[in-house]
Amino acid sequence: MNREMIDIRIDGKEFKVEKGTTILEACKMAGINIPTLCYHPDLTVAGICRICVVEIEGMKTLTPACAFQIERPVSVKTNSPKIRKARRINLDLLLSEHYGDCYTCVRNGKCELQSLARDYGIDNYRFPSVIKPKYEIDNSSYAIVRDQNKCISCKRCIRTCIDLQKVGALETFGRGHSVRISTALNKPIAEVICINCGQCINRCPTGALRANDPADFIWEAIDDPEKFVIIQTAPSPRAAIGEEFGYPPGTSVTKKLNAALRRIGFDRVFDTNFAADLTIMEEGSELIERLKKRIVEGDEIVKVPMITSCSPGWVKFAEHYYPEHLNHLSTCKSPQQMFGAIIKTYYARKVGIDPSKIVVVALMPCAAKKFECNRPEMRDSGFKDVDFGLTTREMATMIKEAGIDLKDMPEKDFDHPLGLGSGAGLIFGATGGVMEAAIRTVYEIVTGKPVPFKNLEITPIRGMEGVREASLTIENTLPEYRWLEGVTLNVAVAHGTANAKKIMDKVVKGEADYHFIEIMACPGGCLGGGGQPIPTTPEIRMARARAIYEEEKNLPVRKSHENPELQQLYKEFLKHPLSEVSHKLLHTHYTPRGKYFFVG
Amino acid sequence: MKQIKKKILFGEYVSGIGLEKALSIKPEDVIKEIKDSGLRGRGGAGFPTGLKWEFAFKEESDEKYVICNADEGEPGTFKDRKLLTEQPEKVIEGLTIAGYAIGAKRGFIYLRGEYIYILKNIEKAITNLKEKNLLGENILNSNFHFDVEVRLGAGAYVCGEEFALIESMNGYRGEPRNKPPFPTQKGFRDKPTVVNNVETLCFVPYIVSKGAEWFKSFGIEGSTGTKLFSVSGDIEHPGVYELELGITLNELLEVVGAKNPKAVQVGGAAGICVAKKDFDRPISFQGLPPGGSIIVFGEHRDMLKVLKNFLEFFVEESCGQCTPCREGNYRLLEGVNMLEKGNCSYRYLRELLTLCEVMKTSSKCGLGQTSPNCFLSILENFKDEVIFR
Ligand SMILES: Cc1cc2nc3c(=O)[nH]c(=O)nc-3n(C[C@H](O)[C@H](O)[C@H](O)COP(=O)(O)O)c2cc1C
Ligand code: SF4
Ligand code: SF4
Ligand code: SF4
Ligand code: SF4
Ligand code: FES
Repeated sequence: MNREMIDIRIDGKEFKVEKGTTILEACKMAGINIPTLCYHPDLTVAGICRICVVEIEGMKTLTPACAFQIERPVSVKTNSPKIRKARRINLDLLLSEHYGDCYTCVRNGKCELQSLARDYGIDNYRFPSVIKPKYEIDNSSYAIVRDQNKCISCKRCIRTCIDLQKVGALETFGRGHSVRISTALNKPIAEVICINCGQCINRCPTGALRANDPADFIWEAIDDPEKFVIIQTAPSPRAAIGEEFGYPPGTSVTKKLNAALRRIGFDRVFDTNFAADLTIMEEGSELIERLKKRIVEGDEIVKVPMITSCSPGWVKFAEHYYPEHLNHLSTCKSPQQMFGAIIKTYYARKVGIDPSKIVVVALMPCAAKKFECNRPEMRDSGFKDVDFGLTTREMATMIKEAGIDLKDMPEKDFDHPLGLGSGAGLIFGATGGVMEAAIRTVYEIVTGKPVPFKNLEITPIRGMEGVREASLTIENTLPEYRWLEGVTLNVAVAHGTANAKKIMDKVVKGEADYHFIEIMACPGGCLGGGGQPIPTTPEIRMARARAIYEEEKNLPVRKSHENPELQQLYKEFLKHPLSEVSHKLLHTHYTPRGKYFFVG
Repeated sequence: MKQIKKKILFGEYVSGIGLEKALSIKPEDVIKEIKDSGLRGRGGAGFPTGLKWEFAFKEESDEKYVICNADEGEPGTFKDRKLLTEQPEKVIEGLTIAGYAIGAKRGFIYLRGEYIYILKNIEKAITNLKEKNLLGENILNSNFHFDVEVRLGAGAYVCGEEFALIESMNGYRGEPRNKPPFPTQKGFRDKPTVVNNVETLCFVPYIVSKGAEWFKSFGIEGSTGTKLFSVSGDIEHPGVYELELGITLNELLEVVGAKNPKAVQVGGAAGICVAKKDFDRPISFQGLPPGGSIIVFGEHRDMLKVLKNFLEFFVEESCGQCTPCREGNYRLLEGVNMLEKGNCSYRYLRELLTLCEVMKTSSKCGLGQTSPNCFLSILENFKDEVIFR
């Protein structure tokens, strides 16, 4: 369908734009930069900071470029005394209310407010400024830290939480000058239904929201000669941490990162993809078992569809919003947690190190992993399975603190025996990846043949569409899986909890005829996680996904069940998927929490 | 301009005549009559009512709504309360005609929370009108159905702003939205919606039954008709007055018994504070703003205190979403406190005047766009008193 085109003028030059384009978008196409603060490409428009104001001919007041949709020919000015005055004063108003201790702020150098102040040449406070912090920092959560002294009330976090994630842990409190951006009833964030996804952090323009950073404890462990510090790195940070060192988005730096981590002082560098492969073995087997109980034995208690459980943000979302449907979730722990449990049992025994001396650090794209590793259920090894969840951003800072530039690092491999991951484990980082990895393995277990897709690439479930569905008919099964012959496996993939909600509402109503669903709490999957480099945009997430898929194409092992180090683990320790040891170490249960407040 | 005794709203009213006339002609013709009358909104912004209806009429939609704005939160204003208490039938008739004109089957009265005690009154009127077949199904056998419901406001001044009102009716925080789209395009439940003030709607039955020409015989060119003024302050006879638009402030002051006032706030808190030199100016959409409330200040009043009161109101009542209004009003109040203590430099005062300008040009809604008016006008008109203390 051809959209109507409209003639407009920007700063005297003529352009044609599609009807409904905002002035901000039109200016971008015209190569004109309009400053923004409350605008974010992932979010609904608020038009409240009034930094992006422009002049439209014939209108008395200024117009926010982000909010004005072009429906008729307009003539726009983007630079005039009136505009400059308004932008400057509105910025001054924000700065004067802002407790700006930039040099002790996590966002120093990556703060939109700071860079606007720089771009506008601000060298003094126009209005009497805040000299002491007014609010106590909310440090209640393992994952999210809120510092309202740095909040400029742009509501990007609220819109993230409500519109993008459909959680609603944040809201506007009060009115007028005493407005505050806070949690429901102004409670500590650990006591509301926050799922720790960290998406609000990634979209906050300032340092008002940040992750709970364990770097000091990790340094301490590294410096302690008694401690054996192991780091496992997830695929998404590797496709993104380069951004913190000046690489363009979509540059995978896995091997340089390995070198940097050793240089920092980690005793072993392992690959979380190994644990992702382990997850696929366990989860795939669980799926087959569930299907068998359902199809062959007609057991109604076993829930189908089975839903993935490797995204702790999603798990907590389900615990709050679907407490009665938790038995749809796979009992598998996430790869991070499986890995911790294996390291502190199998690996400790194998190399003869006292597990109480082992510190497991997980480099994750995720804020929710910090909460996950602190769950009381996550101590099946007899110790805290994973000691610290560290985000990509925090890792970058540690590397810089050690005086290392990733760009200068040589390329190094992982340590073994837990350092080999298949391509299937690698693509866990992108939305649809777990599903693709699982199908590759399950299909082959059942039929003895690889999935019928060119290059093993199951393209129908790749991409960035919010909800994706696919069906695959199973044919020529091996004798023991005859009961699956001709069954069409229906699967669905959702990323971002708003999309998860769409699917779950179907599951609740019994309208979802899927067998298996992958859900990731973060838009784009882990590569868009709440611990990833800031900024985040659809383009950046797409670039990271490309990096992951490119890297996986060329890997020698691309199916989880063919990972030789994993086969060794089963042979020496676990015996087989869903074994007694597996159940003890690798599977878990969930806590129904409900939609209202809880403490803990 | 001395015919200040001519009345419309406080004159004679027979329920149903206007509606009967409206239903006998086409909606377009009702709209034309209102347009020809020159009626402009009495809720503050003064938007031509007929034009607003025409916009909504032209929108294609399965549902449309009309809303009577009875949120009256302006300090010193009580004219809409009087109309709703004394003649709720008239308000509802106006709303029904508006519904007929734009093609809406449902209307709402958004009643200020504090006015809950009038609710029974209004509901009784609704029942009465239904019994007389002036409301409900198949009104006067015209095949036009129209129902009215009352919604109670949340007690915030800003909820009187049309989009904040709609948001609050939609079940969200009462905060103004960016325009466009306007309520006539995407209003209540995202459907075309006309929001009109109580008083505006009350003129409608008269205009339809007596004609645009008759209405235009009141008031002056560009500001036709009469207007209700809630007058309070240092005067002998506070109350609600119906006066023709175009009357001078002096004439009004005479009517209400103001003895040698020093200053008058016209157009409500969002209006301006004028000194003696401007008392001979007419009150009209072209002259002194004709908002609902007029507050008279006698010789003994401290104008800085007056200003402080207004600003305290705005600091509190701003919804707090946009920067210039949330932070700006606070800074103006802070400036007044500095003036009070005598430690506001000229230089800083100039900064505050620039701030006022920016609030007017870049605030998201009428509140922030007009709240600096009191600061600007009091500083301008009472400079000696407030600066040289
Ligand atoms: C802060 C603010 C408060 C307002 N309060 C009221 C009010 O109490 N009653 C009212 O009718 N209009 C109020 N308005 C004006 C409405 O937004 C709207 O213009 C009006 O209801 C339209 O009706 P009219 O065209 O009949 O005047 C307010 C506007 C602003 C900006
Ligand atoms: S939020 Fe930005 S401006 Fe504020 S202290 Fe941090 S870096 Fe500085
Ligand atoms: S972490 Fe996620 S759930 Fe928690 S407040 Fe932020 S966006 Fe909402
Ligand atoms: S916390 Fe951050 S995103 Fe949220 S309103 Fe404050 S500055 Fe904006
Ligand atoms: S101008 Fe004031 S009341 Fe209006 S939207 Fe902005 S903050 Fe809210
Ligand atoms: S970016 Fe447009 S108003 Fe904030």
